[in-house]
Amino acid sequence: MGSLSLALLNSLDIGLLLFIIAVGLSIVFGVLSVINFAHGALYMLGAYLAFSCINGLGMPFWLTVLVAPLAVAALAVLIDRLMMRFVYQREPADSLLLTFALLLILNESVRLTWGTGIHVVEPPALLQGTITLFGGIQYPLYNLFVIAIGGVALVGLWLLFNKTRVGKIMRAAALDRDMAQVLCINTRLVVTGVFAFGAWLAALGGVVAAPMRSIDPGMGDKIIIESFIIVVIGGLGSFPGALLGALILGLIHGLGGRYLPQINLMLPFVGMAIVLLLKPHGLMGRRASL
Amino acid sequence: MMDDDRHVDTSTAARAQPTSDDVILQVSNLGKQFGGVAAVSGVDLDVYRHETLAIIGPNGAGKTTFYNLLSGRMQPTSGRIVFDGRDITGLPPHRISRLGVSRSFQINNIFEDMTVRENVEVAVTAFRGDSHRWANVASRNVPIQDEADGLLARLSLSTLADRRAGTISYGDKRLVEIAVVLATRPHLVLLDEPTAGMTPDETHRVTDLIMSLRASGDYTFLITEHDMNVVFGLADRILVMHRGQKLVLGTPQEVRTHPEVRRAYLGDAEEEIAT
Amino acid sequence: MSTDNQTMTVSSRPSRKSSLRRITVLVLTVMLVLLIALPWLVPYFYIFIATEILILGLFAASFNLIFGYTGMLSFGHAAFFGMGSYVVAMLLQSFQWPLLACLLAAVMVAALLAWVIGFFCVRLNEVYFAMLTLAFGMMVFAVAHQWRSVTNGSDGIAGFSVTSFGLGLELTLGNPSVYYHVVLVLVVLAVALLYLICRSSFGLTLRAIRQNPERVAFCGLNVRRYRLAAFTVAGAFAGLAGGLMAPFLRIASPELLHWSMSAEPVLMTILGGSGYFLGPFVGAGVFVLLETWVTSMTQAWMLVLGIILALMVMFFRRGLLGTILHWLQERK
Repeated sequence: MGSLSLALLNSLDIGLLLFIIAVGLSIVFGVLSVINFAHGALYMLGAYLAFSCINGLGMPFWLTVLVAPLAVAALAVLIDRLMMRFVYQREPADSLLLTFALLLILNESVRLTWGTGIHVVEPPALLQGTITLFGGIQYPLYNLFVIAIGGVALVGLWLLFNKTRVGKIMRAAALDRDMAQVLCINTRLVVTGVFAFGAWLAALGGVVAAPMRSIDPGMGDKIIIESFIIVVIGGLGSFPGALLGALILGLIHGLGGRYLPQINLMLPFVGMAIVLLLKPHGLMGRRASL
Repeated sequence: MMDDDRHVDTSTAARAQPTSDDVILQVSNLGKQFGGVAAVSGVDLDVYRHETLAIIGPNGAGKTTFYNLLSGRMQPTSGRIVFDGRDITGLPPHRISRLGVSRSFQINNIFEDMTVRENVEVAVTAFRGDSHRWANVASRNVPIQDEADGLLARLSLSTLADRRAGTISYGDKRLVEIAVVLATRPHLVLLDEPTAGMTPDETHRVTDLIMSLRASGDYTFLITEHDMNVVFGLADRILVMHRGQKLVLGTPQEVRTHPEVRRAYLGDAEEEIAT
Repeated sequence: MSTDNQTMTVSSRPSRKSSLRRITVLVLTVMLVLLIALPWLVPYFYIFIATEILILGLFAASFNLIFGYTGMLSFGHAAFFGMGSYVVAMLLQSFQWPLLACLLAAVMVAALLAWVIGFFCVRLNEVYFAMLTLAFGMMVFAVAHQWRSVTNGSDGIAGFSVTSFGLGLELTLGNPSVYYHVVLVLVVLAVALLYLICRSSFGLTLRAIRQNPERVAFCGLNVRRYRLAAFTVAGAFAGLAGGLMAPFLRIASPELLHWSMSAEPVLMTILGGSGYFLGPFVGAGVFVLLETWVTSMTQAWMLVLGIILALMVMFFRRGLLGTILHWLQERK
């Protein structure tokens, strides 16, 4: 029983972290109709920046969580204004190609800057160690923190999209960009803002994930595949879909890692294939909601 | 099954009216709901073989949605469509097309990067079942080339045959679209505002073509139009749609004199015809 | 020679079209002669370069069948290329089959894999398609990487040699020059077949699907089936290319399945021009030469790759061939 609870906790932990990352990808697609292939690389950049801030500059974790994602978001603004703007109005293939090029550029830049070795970031002192939970399970405090952050992000994003003007604008722009323009919403600002917001979420995920996982140049690739699987399962452009997909993937990792370690790697793909056969546009359908 | 307000008026017809015992398309209680909005609802219609039925109504009356349902582009949320004795409700577009239904689009829907001839070639090749052939040289396939050229000639597009379709005029593009529609030798042709944006000369080309096709082949036409001259010049019967529903179905004379239609839609148009 | 710009000028001038065609034929003949004579014309090292260009050119051309012709952007094409490599490597290592037999097997297995993956991917729009091909491609990579008992994991399959070619021909395939000529013959034959396919009614239909899949459906064709067919055929050709690569590299490793390998035909095609049949080959040549040059100076080849791809997409979307041809048109 304890083993199952542990697996489920892990699932929640992984799932919510994946949600933060995948929802950024989904939002950018929902509003801009662009799949940012470099989304995983931005996540990785966040993690590496966290490493440099904490280990290199000695910044406290809390400050890093604030600063690093913002830095990545600023980079995203540059990318949007200098590169993406050329392809937004073109056929979808061009934006896919450009974000793919971005992926190559970012991946290699990270590799050249920080080397190919694995780096480690320790959780902040306050969150180190384990805590005893119900049933006598020992669970890392930091992982609980991640679950908490995930929950906060979930609620925060939901409020953003459903209760704020900014959120409504994003949803409007997602549904009909031309109409939004007619209504004098500054679409250029929205476009850059959304792209940067997506990057911010990815980097936030990276910073939060850094103390939990090893930081290596391949982490971006892994996460982008996971994000793709999540949005395919959940449905592109759908907020609840991203949550559902992330939790499902979290379950697959948590339970699969525990009980089916041999085929653990294949399980997400199998899950995706099954969803594709039954509901090609994802469990929550095409653009169910933002 | 048969509507009561449909009276075949032979006295005013310039040519023999098709008889009601040969129905090529039977639409029963057709409806399409989008969330809470009914784009089309409760449409019953029998289309006779070889007739020309015009569909008129203001924008948003559901004409294009109706076409989308007939051609398989959308799935109806209620009702049935029977074409030539076969139930085609909910079939995908390519299956319906194969059965002999072809449609044009309101917005040009051709292959802009290909030549005009190639546009028609694609459709002719598809009709002949040759689209899968991988070892021939498409541009040297004489039967297909000849058929394509023949069709282009009928539409007076021969001089444009080698031009890239994206570079020709809007009106010519619409003619290319009609050529592509006809290339699959349909029995039921759905034309969605075929003369929209055309010059009077181009409009004449289209109406002449329809009349010559009617005389020579096995065609039934459904035409949505805003140009009342075209409508009254070609139509055997007119279906007036309003808010997704069938308002009136009858001969041009009946429709013209129908009080509701008159009041709602033909007020402006009649002035147009008079001047 | 172009996928859609067969008449690049607004009005058609038969004389110009046929003179362009004559020039193209002339250039190609000269190139072919040069390629045949290559081992005696250039330093030893360039035989390897040329072999690589031919193989990757075929790989890129197979990709362009899906992308430039049918309008589907795949980021997982290396799955079929790598699969071809592995099949040949395994057959050579275990059974020492003649090369032709191995290549045939590689083509069939790659085609089968393409059919299975394509089945899931072609049903959806291009955004999903791009994501899914990447995902499935990486899945194949993961399998090859993990399944040590069959694929030898990250070490790959090595220690095989290709001794016989097949058809009773006695060739010392270990000699790079000989292998180069074998690759040349096979690639030219494959390209000729690919060209035939592109010029056929099937090719015409694929081009139409790229531009307006809906209209094609309304002509009575099941678009999904055609897309799947194109994807499978492209996978088969990629498998052939991969199969030729294994004896060349003397190893089949998971890297050949990674998305970074899938990126190569994408870049080559964009570099050369996706709108032209020979675009991918031009791109392959430039790519390999560029790679050789850049890697001799710096470790940052992938970075350069990314920058070049970005610049091409942003400013030279037609590719080198396309831009040059367009420029020539403008001048006249």
